[in-house]
Amino acid sequence: MLLRLDNVQTYYGNIQALKGIHIHISEGEIVTLIGANGAGKSTTLMSISGITPPREGKIFFMDREIHNLTPDAIVSLGISQVPEGRHIFPELTVMENLQMGAFLRTDSKETKDDLEYIFELFPILTQRRNQAGGTLSGGEQQMLAISRALMARPRLLLLDEPSLGLAPLVVKQIFEIIRKINFTHNTTVFLVEQNANLALQLADRGYVMENGNIVLEDSSGNLLSNDNVRKAYLGI
Amino acid sequence: MLNVSEMKKSLLVSIWFMFLTFPIMVIRVNPIEKIVEWRWGNMFLVGIGSFILSFIWRYFIRQKESGLKKVEMGEKIIPFFEKLRSGDSIYLRSLCMTLSCAAAVFPFVFSTYQTTIMTTVLMYVVLGLGLNIVVGLAGLLDLGYVAFYAVGAYSYALLNYHFGLGFWTVLPLGAVLGAFFGILLGFPVLRLRGDYLAIVTLGFGEIIRLVLENWNEFSFGPSGIANIPRPSFLGIQFSLQQATVYQYFLTIGLALCTIFVVNRLQDSRIGRAWIALREDETACQAMGVDKVRTKLRAFALGATWAGMVGVMFAAKTTFINPASFTFIESALILSIVVLGGMGSVPGVVIGACILILLPEYLRAFTEFRMLLFGAILVLMMVFRPQGIISNVRRTYELKGVPGRTLRD
Repeated sequence: MLLRLDNVQTYYGNIQALKGIHIHISEGEIVTLIGANGAGKSTTLMSISGITPPREGKIFFMDREIHNLTPDAIVSLGISQVPEGRHIFPELTVMENLQMGAFLRTDSKETKDDLEYIFELFPILTQRRNQAGGTLSGGEQQMLAISRALMARPRLLLLDEPSLGLAPLVVKQIFEIIRKINFTHNTTVFLVEQNANLALQLADRGYVMENGNIVLEDSSGNLLSNDNVRKAYLGI
Repeated sequence: MLNVSEMKKSLLVSIWFMFLTFPIMVIRVNPIEKIVEWRWGNMFLVGIGSFILSFIWRYFIRQKESGLKKVEMGEKIIPFFEKLRSGDSIYLRSLCMTLSCAAAVFPFVFSTYQTTIMTTVLMYVVLGLGLNIVVGLAGLLDLGYVAFYAVGAYSYALLNYHFGLGFWTVLPLGAVLGAFFGILLGFPVLRLRGDYLAIVTLGFGEIIRLVLENWNEFSFGPSGIANIPRPSFLGIQFSLQQATVYQYFLTIGLALCTIFVVNRLQDSRIGRAWIALREDETACQAMGVDKVRTKLRAFALGATWAGMVGVMFAAKTTFINPASFTFIESALILSIVVLGGMGSVPGVVIGACILILLPEYLRAFTEFRMLLFGAILVLMMVFRPQGIISNVRRTYELKGVPGRTLRD
């Protein structure tokens, strides 16, 4: 078991966003979390990465409690997050953005190798590497955000709505690459998506979230054929 | 150029200015003879003046816009300073040589008064560079920076008064105390950003000043502390003139040291973390940057320089009181950073020169000094909103290898 959320409850002030959720992810899996707007999907990721730590419940990463750790300590354990809305550094160049991803790493040789790998994965970034991050297109920014997270060489990659505001073709491309990352580096991926159809096609397993609760948990195939899911999230 | 619509615009401007300046330029009440003088001639002059100036103004605006257009068209306009840095290093080297020679002989050529002014400028260079760490690099708007300056000055004055500690002992102590107060301010404001941060830091600056003003037993209140010894050199007693020169060179040393350190900091890991923190806090946290520590470091390292300059200031003036550490002082230092170009070291140096030297040399026009000062600031913001020298971060390019760049 790589990651386990046990009865996690997170609040924003007095408002409870997560009402005791249980999630488990094994090494090498792609797991997706789908749900409507405001269901608490992003909060789940923020709770894992420690940016909005849970008030109740426990989070284990490789059998270690991480819910009391600061965000930087969690990153150093091997959890990397691609925040919603990309959050790249607009005035830093693509290269500098990528270097920020490797902020906690001290192995410069391997960091350089990873950089090569990323430029192979996203050839467009090679052309753009001296351009300020803010001047990239939406799709390129998303690619940059994913690459930046990969630069930390994570064991677990948290992706928050990578399809947000992107053209269908670009989304497809990005999902392809997520699969590739998972396949070649055995990086575990936890994917939060509104685009349920695409996410379930990519993932091994899925969780469905409503109003701060997990209401369904199953393999992707089963979820795709589940009548309720089809009605509520796939629009079929 | 001289078409009707242009004339009309300028005419409107001149009428508007005549109207605006009417109460101060035209009416003069003479309370002794109890009459009102109407100086219509002045209004006429204002009208003519603003009419002509508006033409010049529009000319420069057009210049600027065409410059921007060129940049948009893909033409690269390399600013003068960049040319100097990237191009022929001979120019740069000779410029540096000239400057250092000029700096070395300055106190022997010019009067003590001029030397004192230059010392002040150098002090503000250091202050500006210190604040530049907080504001320019880390993006934390600090309006109470003068508090750390006061901490440094008072630590020297009080430690000397009570314990007889000398300048060289207190200089590092002032730095440490400055850093300590920086962290003290840093802790409560960690969660604040932007305007709120500015307000709290402004309050902090005022608190320090008010404490110094009112806690008579501790700081001797508004009457201040006098007879602070000048810096010594191996126990040699200097005459006033020698002491001024000595202090001048000390300040140059401190300024050079600051420039060196700030330059190194900018390109370091922590400097990168500051810049990233300025750009996007959430992303920074997701990258594993310790937000708390990074912010506190910025406050502490910024305040360190203010503490040191504070010690220097106390030793230079030999008398300090809280009136030297008002909000205006913070605003001046901030203006130096903003005018020079946020995050840019040479910008801050030039900014300090302009903002400190200008009021000094405009003393001849005492009445219009602040007016000119204000006008120059406004002009700067219109024509170079990025500051005189906008910050260009260094990039390292490996020549010869196509499609590959390395950055340190």
